[in-house]
Amino acid sequence: MLTKRIIPCLDVTAGRVVKGTSFTNLRDAGDPVEQAAFYYQEGADELVFLDIGATPEARDTMVEVVRRVSKKVFVPLCVGGGLRSISDMRRMLMAGADKVSINTAAVHKPELLKEGAAIFGRQCMVLAVDAKRTRGKDEPGWEVCTHGGRKLTGIDALEWIKQAVEMGAGEILLTSWDADGHQAGYDNELNRTVSEMVNVPVIASGGAGTLEHLYQALAIGKADAVLAASIFHYREYSIKQVKQYLAGKGIPIRN
Amino acid sequence: MRKGQKKIAVINYGAGNLGSVVNALTRLGYQPLVTDSVFEVLKADVVFLPGVGAAGDTMKGLEAIGMADAVKKLVAWRRPLFAICVGLQVLLSSTEEGGHYQCMDIIPGEVKKLPAGLKIPHMGWNQVKQVMSHPVFTDIPDNTNFYFIHSYYAHPQDKSVVAGTTEYGLEFCSMIIKDNLFATQFHPEKSGEPGLKMYSNFLKIASS
Repeated sequence: MLTKRIIPCLDVTAGRVVKGTSFTNLRDAGDPVEQAAFYYQEGADELVFLDIGATPEARDTMVEVVRRVSKKVFVPLCVGGGLRSISDMRRMLMAGADKVSINTAAVHKPELLKEGAAIFGRQCMVLAVDAKRTRGKDEPGWEVCTHGGRKLTGIDALEWIKQAVEMGAGEILLTSWDADGHQAGYDNELNRTVSEMVNVPVIASGGAGTLEHLYQALAIGKADAVLAASIFHYREYSIKQVKQYLAGKGIPIRN
Repeated sequence: MRKGQKKIAVINYGAGNLGSVVNALTRLGYQPLVTDSVFEVLKADVVFLPGVGAAGDTMKGLEAIGMADAVKKLVAWRRPLFAICVGLQVLLSSTEEGGHYQCMDIIPGEVKKLPAGLKIPHMGWNQVKQVMSHPVFTDIPDNTNFYFIHSYYAHPQDKSVVAGTTEYGLEFCSMIIKDNLFATQFHPEKSGEPGLKMYSNFLKIASS
């Protein structure tokens, strides 16, 4: 049986791991290569690197981080943040990434998904979506945010995800703008709606604070994988603890 | 034979996950040669055929540099060869991917699309049931999880070549062994320590 993936996320800027609340107020800590090797040894099923600085200089640093990590870590690596073109994606994949995630650039130019899927394969193309709840309606709805959550686009998140999968996205990295950084639980209505709507894997992101939250994202949110940063970064829980807990609750997990 | 003395070639046909395969072999203490030269590949003691992406493109890439014929020769000579993911798929007779595409026909059989109703690609860690007893599984327990990422699966006619199977909507062949030909649908180079162990077992077998 296919197991559910536990994915630590490393937010990196200028070659250092950071972690913030609702995309701002970053706290500094950690060397990304060391962190990644630690998570690998602990049993992470995959690693996601998000370059939140994403200036051209930062991107060169990120390429180097990916190159070093890929020599030490033998699980899949996904890299995102500021990738704007096929050549940006190619650089990351050549450096050792297995997947690239694109967000703002895909919203501006959806053909990037199609071109990327044709060149690198759909399995390489992860669509990252930051979804913010829209208020004042009976029906639940979400709007796409770009630029690291700073800019509202007015685009319906569900419609966008559907279109992106048709264009070539092979996986959805779904972050709840509202829940992210608050450690109060994932937006599982969002997770379940998207997971049931598309035929590609969904990674739930944003809001993990307890073991129960991770369980809920998989059991209620129907996600294929859970991503978390803070709880692992600050050693609130080890990956091993998470896996033992989830396995005890009947979730298929790689031990 | 000491590590490093053995000539290991990783076939470079302009696509695929060869960087990851090279990193895994380097970690194990080997110094693989990444090459698109048929001459170098035929000269090597051990050959890796990596693969990611579409089978049709992979076949085109291999044929463009004369590598499809070279791979057939290696198999005929029983040269140790390890094929990964799409590298496994192109060993079969044909694939449904992209309509219908002729492949190398080294392992008679078809490559088919995974059944509808499940998420495609089959992405993540899944168990490999060992249906063959073989030293390549030394210190790798039965039903160990390996990393998969694919939308099509191999269906070889001759069931005696099936070394491992995996369940995803159906039970499919996830590993093939025939003489010195080893092929996995999963990615050992992305499967943590058990994956590295499998490469190391294979390389031990290849040098004995």
